[in-house]
Amino acid sequence: MLTTKCQMLPPKTIAVAMSGGVDSSTVAAMLRAEGHDVVGLTMQLWNQRRLAGHEGMPEAVQGRCCSLDDVYDARRVAETLGIPYYVVNHEDRFERDVVRPFVEEYLSGRTPIPCSLCNNHLKFDQLLIVAQQIGADALATGHYARVEFDERRGRWLLKRPADSSKDQTYFLFGLTQDQLSRTLFPLGDMTKPQVRDLARHHGLALAAKPDSQEICFVPGGDYKKFLDAYLAEQGEALPDTAGELVTTSGEVIGEHNGIHNFTVGQRKGLGVATGSPLYVIQIKGDRHQVVVGNQEDLYSRTLRARRVNLVAVDDLREPMRVRVKIRHRHEGAPALLEKSGNNEVLVTFDEPQRAITPGQAAVFYDGDVVVGGGWIV
Amino acid sequence: MRRVYLDNNATTPVLPEVLEAMRPYFAEQFGNASSIHHHGQETRAAVERARESLAALIGCRASEIVFTSGGTEGDNLAISGVTRAGDHVITSTIEHHAVLNSCKHLEAMGCEVTYVPVDGRGLVDPDDVRRALRPNTKLITIMMANNETGVLQTVEEIGKIAAEADVYFHTDAVQAAGKTPIEVKRIGCDLLSISGHKLHAPQGVGALYVGKGTILQPMFYGGSHERSRRAGTENVPGIIGLGKAAEIAREALDRGGLERMSAMRDRIEQTILSQVEATGVNGEGAPRVPNTTNIHFDYIEGEALVIALDLKGLAVSTGAACSSGAIEPSHVLTAMGLPPEIARASLRFSLGKQNTPEDVQFALDLVPRTVARLRELSPVYNRTAVSN
Repeated sequence: MLTTKCQMLPPKTIAVAMSGGVDSSTVAAMLRAEGHDVVGLTMQLWNQRRLAGHEGMPEAVQGRCCSLDDVYDARRVAETLGIPYYVVNHEDRFERDVVRPFVEEYLSGRTPIPCSLCNNHLKFDQLLIVAQQIGADALATGHYARVEFDERRGRWLLKRPADSSKDQTYFLFGLTQDQLSRTLFPLGDMTKPQVRDLARHHGLALAAKPDSQEICFVPGGDYKKFLDAYLAEQGEALPDTAGELVTTSGEVIGEHNGIHNFTVGQRKGLGVATGSPLYVIQIKGDRHQVVVGNQEDLYSRTLRARRVNLVAVDDLREPMRVRVKIRHRHEGAPALLEKSGNNEVLVTFDEPQRAITPGQAAVFYDGDVVVGGGWIV
Repeated sequence: MRRVYLDNNATTPVLPEVLEAMRPYFAEQFGNASSIHHHGQETRAAVERARESLAALIGCRASEIVFTSGGTEGDNLAISGVTRAGDHVITSTIEHHAVLNSCKHLEAMGCEVTYVPVDGRGLVDPDDVRRALRPNTKLITIMMANNETGVLQTVEEIGKIAAEADVYFHTDAVQAAGKTPIEVKRIGCDLLSISGHKLHAPQGVGALYVGKGTILQPMFYGGSHERSRRAGTENVPGIIGLGKAAEIAREALDRGGLERMSAMRDRIEQTILSQVEATGVNGEGAPRVPNTTNIHFDYIEGEALVIALDLKGLAVSTGAACSSGAIEPSHVLTAMGLPPEIARASLRFSLGKQNTPEDVQFALDLVPRTVARLRELSPVYNRTAVSN
């Protein structure tokens, strides 16, 4: 039998953020089996029917986020476990703090990560408040990460999980000390196959349900169609950001139909034929320019990140050696981390890194420990 | 855990007498009311007694009662039953979704609909209804009592306007039946819907009053049940239950039995308003049914309060549940001009015949301290408290 951090705790009232998936359902089952009072909560964040029928959107939108099927699954799990279960509506906050910024970022030539925004503004903010308000001592989620208190530093630490292939710490760097102190990640010491076994052991019918991958509110993962449909629904015109394709030396070699169609590192769809393959190197949002170059031009040794949240330390008094991840699937690369302003840092990699993309997060690690993270400028 | 149910506008428990009256009609007196033999006659007689009981509750003839599956069917049948493409319909912004979405459907089918507003108390101004009349107006549909606030509309004045203009008048009386006297002749309505489970009959049965001379297009086609206005074998146990519940409701109204309920309701309001700061009654100043109060607790999310109270054993509600079970901001409170944050901070307490003063005391012990804890954890409340 697997042990978790929660097993050492005396029985408590714990709210579980339930998505209807295997991970969070298993968390609820584990905590219940350990004798805690468990309350299941699902956030209603986005109405899938809103954009149905808009151009490029299916007639009946079957996205993953907040679909009735997922709520049904979560409710069934709660019934099976005999725990109270509620759906809480945070659609307004989700649109304001996640969907709108997602749209604005693309329209400004950046490549956003809505999951981190959702964690910071919804799951570990709004939902944590609701959890406390309804009398829960803590909020547990199905994220693969670990949280523990470090006596020496006097700080809560966010650490990589045992199953590094499922590591979700990249999306969790924004959690504050207060949020971490009230958060449980019971799956942090488990692998996905173990979680599925445990789900089966607890008799959960959805043990074999596939993992969700795509951005939950973008059906089929086509963000361009989503932008079109969302702006049409809002009665807003897609801003005209068509402009020039320029080389790294400033030479104009063509035109493009809008900066939101590009992301750094992209190779296809540039519409120009040259001898060697061309890549998007940079998007100059203010000038509507897309800078293209060859493979080598994609590499860069430094990045700046702002809106930095520090987790393992309270300040960066001197430069620190860390590994830095610049996208979810990035392995992390050794770098020097130094403060460059208020909530801003400069990261200097030992080796140049490919396609450092504004809008993505840079997350800093000391071994398994998340030092902190920020948004790439 | 002790559980107290103060959400009777959502549904009410079936009264023991009602259940008793229904019991023989499942397995013993099971006949089809359309059958000519003994079994059928037995059932037919019982259904007709229930019809008379309903008719007595609202002051109409038994032949003017059509049994339905509930309030939603009654509203749909009334609205779609008297309109066709090209007609104009007048309704209000605070109707139940059974009416609002029926009207939305009419718009999609080529009708025009005017949604008259309400004032801060939740009242429709009859003059607004009069001004909305057009040569092609076919129907006015304005509810009698609102489900969220309990506010009673001046349906008699609206009935006069409808009569003068010679247009049909439908009123959704789902939340009024059993809570206030209903006389269809005095209201001057042609159509009036009732739901069984809001007055201690079971879920899945209702009635629609269809005044003599009202030409109603049915929604269901089939046999000649309900004088061809609603085909389908009757829900006999449900109808018997509704008949019994109507009888009990009429006796209570005659006896002045609602005073006990309004005293309990007033006690909830007075205690909460005096013990909890930054609260108020939505719909205050308007006539209301005696069982409902809708109170705003500023600086909190009603949704979190409902969950917190449920976990302590008290069932109340806020807003309307959408398909996932999440709470949507109330269109009724928003239409009354309440800012969205106040609408979301509002809770409905609704009493039923089964509730006792002890139930009320349980709620009054629980609500103030639960609100206090929510406010302690509310970023908005703390910001406001600091700035004060």
